[in-house]
Amino acid sequence: MTPIDGADTAWMLISTALVLLMTPALAFFYGGLVRGKNALNTMMMSVVSFAFVGVGWALVGYSLAFAEGTPWLGSFARAGLQGVGLEAFGGKFPHVLYMAYQGTFAIVTAALISGAIVERMRFSAYIAFITLWSLVVYAPVAHWVWGGGWLATMGALDFAGGTVVHINAAAAALVAAAMMGPRKDYARQAILPHNVPFVLLGAGLLWFGWFGFNGGSAYAASPGAALAFANTFLAPMATLLVWTLLDLKRSGKVTAVGAATAMVVGLVAITPAAGLVSPISALALGAFAAVPSYYAILFRSRTRLDDSLDVVAAHGVGGTVGALLTGILAEKAWGSPADGLLFGNPRQLGIQAVAVLAAIVFSGAVSFVLLKLISLFVPLRVTPREEGLGLDVTQHGEEGYARGEGALLILPEASKPSSSTALVAGLQPEGGRS
Amino acid sequence: MKLVVAVIRPDKLNDVLEALFRAEVRGLTITRVDGHGGETERVENYRGTTVKMELSEKVRIEIGVSNHFVEPTVKAILAAAASGEVGDGKIFVLPVEKVYRIRTGEQDEAAVTPVVAALA
Repeated sequence: MTPIDGADTAWMLISTALVLLMTPALAFFYGGLVRGKNALNTMMMSVVSFAFVGVGWALVGYSLAFAEGTPWLGSFARAGLQGVGLEAFGGKFPHVLYMAYQGTFAIVTAALISGAIVERMRFSAYIAFITLWSLVVYAPVAHWVWGGGWLATMGALDFAGGTVVHINAAAAALVAAAMMGPRKDYARQAILPHNVPFVLLGAGLLWFGWFGFNGGSAYAASPGAALAFANTFLAPMATLLVWTLLDLKRSGKVTAVGAATAMVVGLVAITPAAGLVSPISALALGAFAAVPSYYAILFRSRTRLDDSLDVVAAHGVGGTVGALLTGILAEKAWGSPADGLLFGNPRQLGIQAVAVLAAIVFSGAVSFVLLKLISLFVPLRVTPREEGLGLDVTQHGEEGYARGEGALLILPEASKPSSSTALVAGLQPEGGRS
Repeated sequence: MKLVVAVIRPDKLNDVLEALFRAEVRGLTITRVDGHGGETERVENYRGTTVKMELSEKVRIEIGVSNHFVEPTVKAILAAAASGEVGDGKIFVLPVEKVYRIRTGEQDEAAVTPVVAALA
């Protein structure tokens, strides 16, 4: 029996908390990018993932991903967390911690999809979608790569989830954005971010959390974790630098929304490679990854595809570039199980490409079926009227920035159906102005 | 000269601006305001507190126009601002005593006639 190591356990405890922070961080990142009337709805799309994906993970998802099964899927052997105890699993730390750590990945991955469908998706349909998606798409793909499935056997390298998390979510995002159609104002009027400081706050917190995402994926307080940590520090800096230069060249101005996007793209790109490439390769990888995503965003905004917050350009393109560059830059000398193309193993690049394609095809196809299925029970979109008013009021009965003027307090007695005249406190507005 | 004052839904502002532009109405001022036009009050919940929102966000547009421009202006707003539901807003047409263009000191009709060069 594997002994429990105190240092490993401590690091994985911290990493789990760090990755958990990425979901509220994503809420700020996405929330700042939408219009003020949809701020709460957008943030809630991330927050609600804790509830539905998190509980689904504990009850079924974890078992489907990590219990022994076929090369394609785990089994129900660990459903309801059966046998997930204090013994070592996945490293020299308790099984229950491994389950929690993996759960934080499932939660943030499902939340990532929301960026493609903000400002128009009905909240109940969204909940149904991410809950089902986490069980029938995320869990199998996690099994393929990390649960001893067919991609693991084939030798695909995905250190912390470039394929499982980012490409997987981006494929679902692409399909969802295409099926939902664009927002009613899309390409008719400018739709501007309502709080750019929130976007930078979210991107900064994402980076902080990502140290647990990549560093924790060494599953030990080890030199490998240190390498992943250092590479997570270096790659986004290089991406930000190149992005800044591209911004300067294009418009002569360095944008804040661009900087926030660049940090996320760099983090996405280094994710599959974090513990497998040298620090200098991480810098190169980060620098290179800026270019395709930068131009993908420019291109996408001229199309009818309203992937509103550019999940595909940031996570799909960035994730694919990262996964392929992992197949080029990986080095056994830095702890990778296999060398990449640059170090004499061209076959690795092919394996990486197969893994990327498999995730895109599977996630895209199943997401399509899930959305079709859900649309049989509830419309995927809110009505145009609700879209105009904003989803904060229509979906949640709250406002992100309520001033409270003209808000009449309804006393508990008044909420009973028997009282037809509402008993209200405070001033009645004057009836004259109408 | 008249002052056309319209109170409309914020989400119709872009449509109205576009309609005014097509009607060649130039020069206007907008203000974000709160108003109540008899629409069904929204009920919101914050923790244990339930509130009825009696005021809704509206946009107030003010346009000074010469007499023969009143009708196209009003028509453009009527067509673009309507959703068909209670709360679409109002248009008021008010008489104006005097208008001055600050830059040139021009008065009345000349002051509300758009300057073509200013658009270039």
